[in-house]
Amino acid sequence: MSDLLKMTATEARNSLLKKEISSVELLNAYQNAMEKTEALNNYVTTTLDAAKQMAVNADKAYAQGNAGSLAGLPIGVKDLFCTKNIETTACSAILKGFLPSYESTVTSNIWQSGGVMLGKLNCDEFAMGSSNETSIFGPAVNPWSKIDGIDLSSGGSSGGSASSVAAGSALMSLGTDTGGSIRQPAAFCGVVGLKPTYGRCSRWGIVAFASSLDQAGPFTRTVEDSALIFSVMAGHDPKDSTSASLGYTNFSEAVKSGIEGLRIGIPAEYNVDGMDIEISDLWKKGRAWLEQAGAKIVDINLPHTKYALPCYYIIAPAEASSNLARYDGIRYGKRIEAETLDAMYEATRADGFGEEVQRRILIGTYALSAGYYDAYYLKAQQVRRLIKEDFDEAFNDVDAILTPTTPTPAFPLGAEVSDPITMYLNDVFTVPANLAGLPGISVPAGFSNQGLPLGLQLLAPPFEEGRLFSVANAIEKQAEFLLAPARAAGDLQ
Amino acid sequence: MSVDKNVVKKISRLARIHVSEERSEMLSSDLGNILNWIEQLEEVNTDGVEPLSGVNEHLLAWRDDTVTDGEITDEVLKNAPEKAGEFFVVPKVIE
Repeated sequence: MSDLLKMTATEARNSLLKKEISSVELLNAYQNAMEKTEALNNYVTTTLDAAKQMAVNADKAYAQGNAGSLAGLPIGVKDLFCTKNIETTACSAILKGFLPSYESTVTSNIWQSGGVMLGKLNCDEFAMGSSNETSIFGPAVNPWSKIDGIDLSSGGSSGGSASSVAAGSALMSLGTDTGGSIRQPAAFCGVVGLKPTYGRCSRWGIVAFASSLDQAGPFTRTVEDSALIFSVMAGHDPKDSTSASLGYTNFSEAVKSGIEGLRIGIPAEYNVDGMDIEISDLWKKGRAWLEQAGAKIVDINLPHTKYALPCYYIIAPAEASSNLARYDGIRYGKRIEAETLDAMYEATRADGFGEEVQRRILIGTYALSAGYYDAYYLKAQQVRRLIKEDFDEAFNDVDAILTPTTPTPAFPLGAEVSDPITMYLNDVFTVPANLAGLPGISVPAGFSNQGLPLGLQLLAPPFEEGRLFSVANAIEKQAEFLLAPARAAGDLQ
Repeated sequence: MSVDKNVVKKISRLARIHVSEERSEMLSSDLGNILNWIEQLEEVNTDGVEPLSGVNEHLLAWRDDTVTDGEITDEVLKNAPEKAGEFFVVPKVIE
């Protein structure tokens, strides 16, 4: 049983092809693991009956020799993806009981390739948060050791997606990343998290937060697995006008390419105040590893880095205030009755949205309101262009950029929740890629003094995910990271 | 900079979120702190910089203006808190 949990997705896929294991056996192992790790609060809805049927179908497909590339692999889904007739809440009270009548394009790609759906995973409410603590279901817990007896945050917003893959209760999972919501929790939990280029994966059927920044991406235990599932997620979708018109690419080949001669940029501005020494040490180590693998290290400048976070905290809330206008108590979700239409709207939204979501809607409304639009929203959009141009210029000289993923390791639950700005600073290294639309990946690469996982981030020019996989693979090989969280369902390596 | 309670009242009204007297106090300091921190953007010289609303602004494709979906009234109404026949029900809006 525990041997089944030890398999990476690629290994499980090969064993399934050779009929050494069956999809049903694999599902049983994961079902058991889900029960064992229930205290981590990763799943908000389980779909094991559907999973059983999907696993049986996958075994049939293997027997007939026409199994898709993810057939039989157990996968968890962030509760932000609409799943047909399966409750989808975005972890918000306002969407409790919502049963989508359609399936998101990304999840439907996964099921068409034979993936087995374990359930819906915990996240921050409407993906707004960096610790999974804004979820109406309570936080997903990090499976690594407690500190001073307090549970650690899984990170956020895709906390359940990261924690489940690290704890062995999902083989792979789906998340979304608007400002770091895949890469930060991946770093906190010690797994691989990929945020693809804006436009690479369809956003159709994903509960919208900030439409010019949102992207779907996978959590996996290895870089190779990331390429396997990403190949299925990516692709043009006529239902998302912002999805790029690119055909199918198999990214698995890219993982194996060497990185000799690749130029890797180290941005000076990412040496921020308050960065833990163990993080900057790991960054230096990563630089040395890539050099040893034959890459050329180049010092670069991204002068507007410092302004990325404040810029993001205008643009994302502005888009959110507009996107979340749809929760009006009329068409779906919760409704608080009142005498007049306006009173009904106001009561419903005050009751249905949590504190952080309300705060962001109000900031966004303020930034977009008459008299403030130019000073805030327009200014932020101008700064956004400067941030993007910094990257355009840097990529004239380098092929990829290496940075830490987060300025600190995972923090105890409750430590940062009272101060919004402290919480926002978690995303200082991840937000720029969203503003510039770039692909980024976080690879587990080492440990803090307290034994918590740390991640390194790689960024590449638009649509160069293949290059990210090659460089990430080089880091993974040399880091020899041991995924062994104290509260895992079993031995994972 | 601080956001006074009248401004909180105005934007919460625009956002259609009811805010109690008590919470508006807290929100005015919360929002003030966040906006203060955001105001560091003023240091950046953006004279003549074209605003960027999205990274793929030039890539949007044309498509035929045709109906691709429809005749799914039941599905559209499925999640409504209150419905009558083929309609959503809202509080009375005409005197």
